[in-house]
Amino acid sequence: MTHPFSRINPVAKLGAALLLAACLVLTVDWVSAGTALLLELAAFPFLGIRARRFWLRTLPVWVAAPLTGITILLYGRPSGTIYWEWFAVRISDGSLELALATMLRVVAIGLPAVVLFITVDATDLADGLAQVWRLPSRFVLGALAAFRLVGLFANDWRYLELARRARGVGDAGRIRRIPGQVFALLVLAIRRGSKLAVAMEARGFGGPIPRTWARESRFEMGEWATLIAGLMVGMIAIAAAVGTGHWNFIVG
Amino acid sequence: MTNVPGPSSGSPVRPARVRAAGWGWRHAPRTRWALRGLDFEIDPGERVLLLGASGSGKSTVLQALAGVLGGSEEGESAGELLIDQRPASDSQGRVGLVLQDPDSQVILERVGDDVAFGCENLGVPREEIWPRVRHALAEVGLDVALDRSTAQLSGGQKQRLALAGVLAMRPGLLLLDEPTANLDPAGVAEVRDAVARVLESTGATLVVVEHRVDVWLPLVDRVIVLSPDGALLADGAPEDVLQSRGEELAELGVWVPGHPHAVAPRVSAPGTRVLGTRDLTVGRSVAFAANGFERRMPDLGFLEGTSTAITGPNGSGKSTLGLTLAGLLPPIAGTASARGTLRDGASEHPIDWRSRELLTRIGTVFQEPEHQFLRSTVREELAVGPRALKLSSAEIAARIDELLQRLRLDALADANPFTLSGGEKRRLSVATILATRPRVLVLDEPTFGQDSRTWAELLGLLGELVDEGKAIIAMTHDRRFVDTFADREVRL
Amino acid sequence: MTSTTKSEPTIATARRSIRWRVVDIVVASVIAVASSVVFFAWNIAHDGVSSLLKPLLPGLQAADGGMWLFAGVLVALVVRKPGAALYGEFVAAAISALLGGQYGATVLLSGLVQGLGAELVFLLFFYSSWRVWVAILAGIGAGIAKAAFELVVWYPGADTLFMTVYVAASIVSGAVIAGFLSWLAVRGLAKTGALDRFASGREYSAHV
Repeated sequence: MTHPFSRINPVAKLGAALLLAACLVLTVDWVSAGTALLLELAAFPFLGIRARRFWLRTLPVWVAAPLTGITILLYGRPSGTIYWEWFAVRISDGSLELALATMLRVVAIGLPAVVLFITVDATDLADGLAQVWRLPSRFVLGALAAFRLVGLFANDWRYLELARRARGVGDAGRIRRIPGQVFALLVLAIRRGSKLAVAMEARGFGGPIPRTWARESRFEMGEWATLIAGLMVGMIAIAAAVGTGHWNFIVG
Repeated sequence: MTNVPGPSSGSPVRPARVRAAGWGWRHAPRTRWALRGLDFEIDPGERVLLLGASGSGKSTVLQALAGVLGGSEEGESAGELLIDQRPASDSQGRVGLVLQDPDSQVILERVGDDVAFGCENLGVPREEIWPRVRHALAEVGLDVALDRSTAQLSGGQKQRLALAGVLAMRPGLLLLDEPTANLDPAGVAEVRDAVARVLESTGATLVVVEHRVDVWLPLVDRVIVLSPDGALLADGAPEDVLQSRGEELAELGVWVPGHPHAVAPRVSAPGTRVLGTRDLTVGRSVAFAANGFERRMPDLGFLEGTSTAITGPNGSGKSTLGLTLAGLLPPIAGTASARGTLRDGASEHPIDWRSRELLTRIGTVFQEPEHQFLRSTVREELAVGPRALKLSSAEIAARIDELLQRLRLDALADANPFTLSGGEKRRLSVATILATRPRVLVLDEPTFGQDSRTWAELLGLLGELVDEGKAIIAMTHDRRFVDTFADREVRL
Repeated sequence: MTSTTKSEPTIATARRSIRWRVVDIVVASVIAVASSVVFFAWNIAHDGVSSLLKPLLPGLQAADGGMWLFAGVLVALVVRKPGAALYGEFVAAAISALLGGQYGATVLLSGLVQGLGAELVFLLFFYSSWRVWVAILAGIGAGIAKAAFELVVWYPGADTLFMTVYVAASIVSGAVIAGFLSWLAVRGLAKTGALDRFASGREYSAHV
């Protein structure tokens, strides 16, 4: 059983996440970020994502948010009472408020961006990008074909690590070996890519004939609803901030 | 298969005619012509086996016929190469090409999409694509769901998938570039039988490049041989060419039936036990490679001066066992332990050794030589191990010179390891291991992709090592290797 | 369908064509994919403690940002086509989002912006110079774009000093890691023969 939301065209999910982010980026205040976050948390249960998966995938956002908040607490624009000052660090009323706003904002922008992408399948996304958004098909399909090689590269990377141990140079630090391994991975990747290009060209890819699509990428009611929902959350958040006088435009 | 191909999907294939007249090709960065003055004609429906030494330009011929050699930016052509009456470079859809490496020619994530890819590129209307896809899959005998992930297919299945993708385009000329070189014996048979079926039903013209002649002899009715410098050496009926040119072909690295390469008999006597396993379960974690797995292994012991072949189908855990024995992967359960001369003061379990301690004890030759290259010249590459052992520079130089000579790499001492040919890369990867004189050698598919000449060379070399008292453990699919070389076979 | 590029014959007289060949597209994509695998490996190798201490820095946390920028410059130096830096960086970002990168869809935007930063530099040189200092400038362009984007999206509340240090650190990191190291990598790659189908590879490889 697939959840209806997982069948929504990925470009609509992507569009919704980007529209929402575009609204929230404009201001730094705890009202807009908090409002958006509440609406998002209310909506997520209806997207058919299992709790375990949700927390696992969004964990980095929950970690990043307080850390970004701390940075702003220490280095945010100061105003009001200054509580502590040392070298470049200044903790003040202003930076406290900004830190809270920043924390909520990171979560409010980050969560939907991650959650909406959880159910995205690369093939469906490529179909949508090329057919709905009309991005050049040669590039979209080239990227899609290359994406399939991720598993092979991950495997290559493992073997490169094992091979370094086998060659007697595995005792040095892991970080120090990275440049060499990156280089070897690139050689292998480019070799594979060149072969893949031959295989694709041999099947008429990039030729003069206008391409057809075996499967149509649809953009219908559900897709429009998804887009509008994303935009609505952003607009409501902005309205709340403006209405309560908390709107704080990022520039100036 | 529930979908029996209907009459609409069986539109006839028109076999193609091929004509080369004084044709040649020079790759852009080079001054030497890869191929020169080729003249031949292939009639519609003919089935040709194209032979020649590595580097004689066989693959270049196939890529030119498929129209994918690239334009003037990438090289210069001479003469004419025609499919039917049109230049090969604009014969899209008339020609289908299947390549050697299964992993590099799967294009899309889902089986159905992958087969449909060529049709889409040729502008075939949507309604017609899916019947063609089902028909092609049925023809190659690939009975899997259309939305099955292509990553989950075996090597033989991937090659049949590639064949189906080509068939769905309805080509009149089928080109196969060593399509079975990377497969296990079961995969080879799968692919060969699928090709036979396809030729039976379409009557398409066939050109196949392959070192292993015996695989394709039953299918072909003509053999063309290219000389090492890219000219035409022989052309005729298979029996005639193989009879009159057998010796010469074997010399070029072609596996000619009845012309086995001599491998010197071995003189070693088994020594003491140096490595053994107990209740061993090998596997890899799920974390990085997508699919983790575990396999229980039989208890094994390895003696000095013996060679062991470990065989078994794909997925039986051969490679993982090898990496575990070599002290590179930790066992999931049970132990792999070193004894006596091999242990030599180090801890009992190879996985606990430091990287440097491995060097003089167990050497591993990976299936893909490029995974273990670290430096930009062959000489530097050979110095890596001895330097890690902190040997004197005189000693290092002496060892390198000896290895360069012994493995016929001396002319390549300053070449970049990545630019070597397949056979040379294999020799170098063995040489890098020998430079630190380990007592045990673990080799993963050492004969993969080797032609008959480099194969015999490698066996000769490994034989000498066993005679010197080393224990050799090889994971392999290669029947010939097992029969000629192994003192013992362990089937997983 | 309009998405397929017309097959205008490439200007035969020009030594190099501006039109992307299939091998350009696929190898550019593959480099981008390999780069996102590297980001992942980098994240794993990264010490967990240092990532907890990083927020305490006054803007210097941008110093390893070049790691996320090399895909664009590297792709441009290899395929030498208009749009290569933009495409390479964007695909690398998209792949890391698909693999479950931590910032999801917003990574697409940062990829786009960073790619543009490098692309503009190559454009300023009319896509005809691929020397080391152009590569370094492109790395700087990407670094500035990255810093600007992140300050707006993640750190808009920061004070001037933090922002200045952040931009400076991004520039240095972009110049060294994305610019200079990418250039070195391409030179090394050319010597392995892997780039024989590219003008960038033929410049260095031996003529046989």
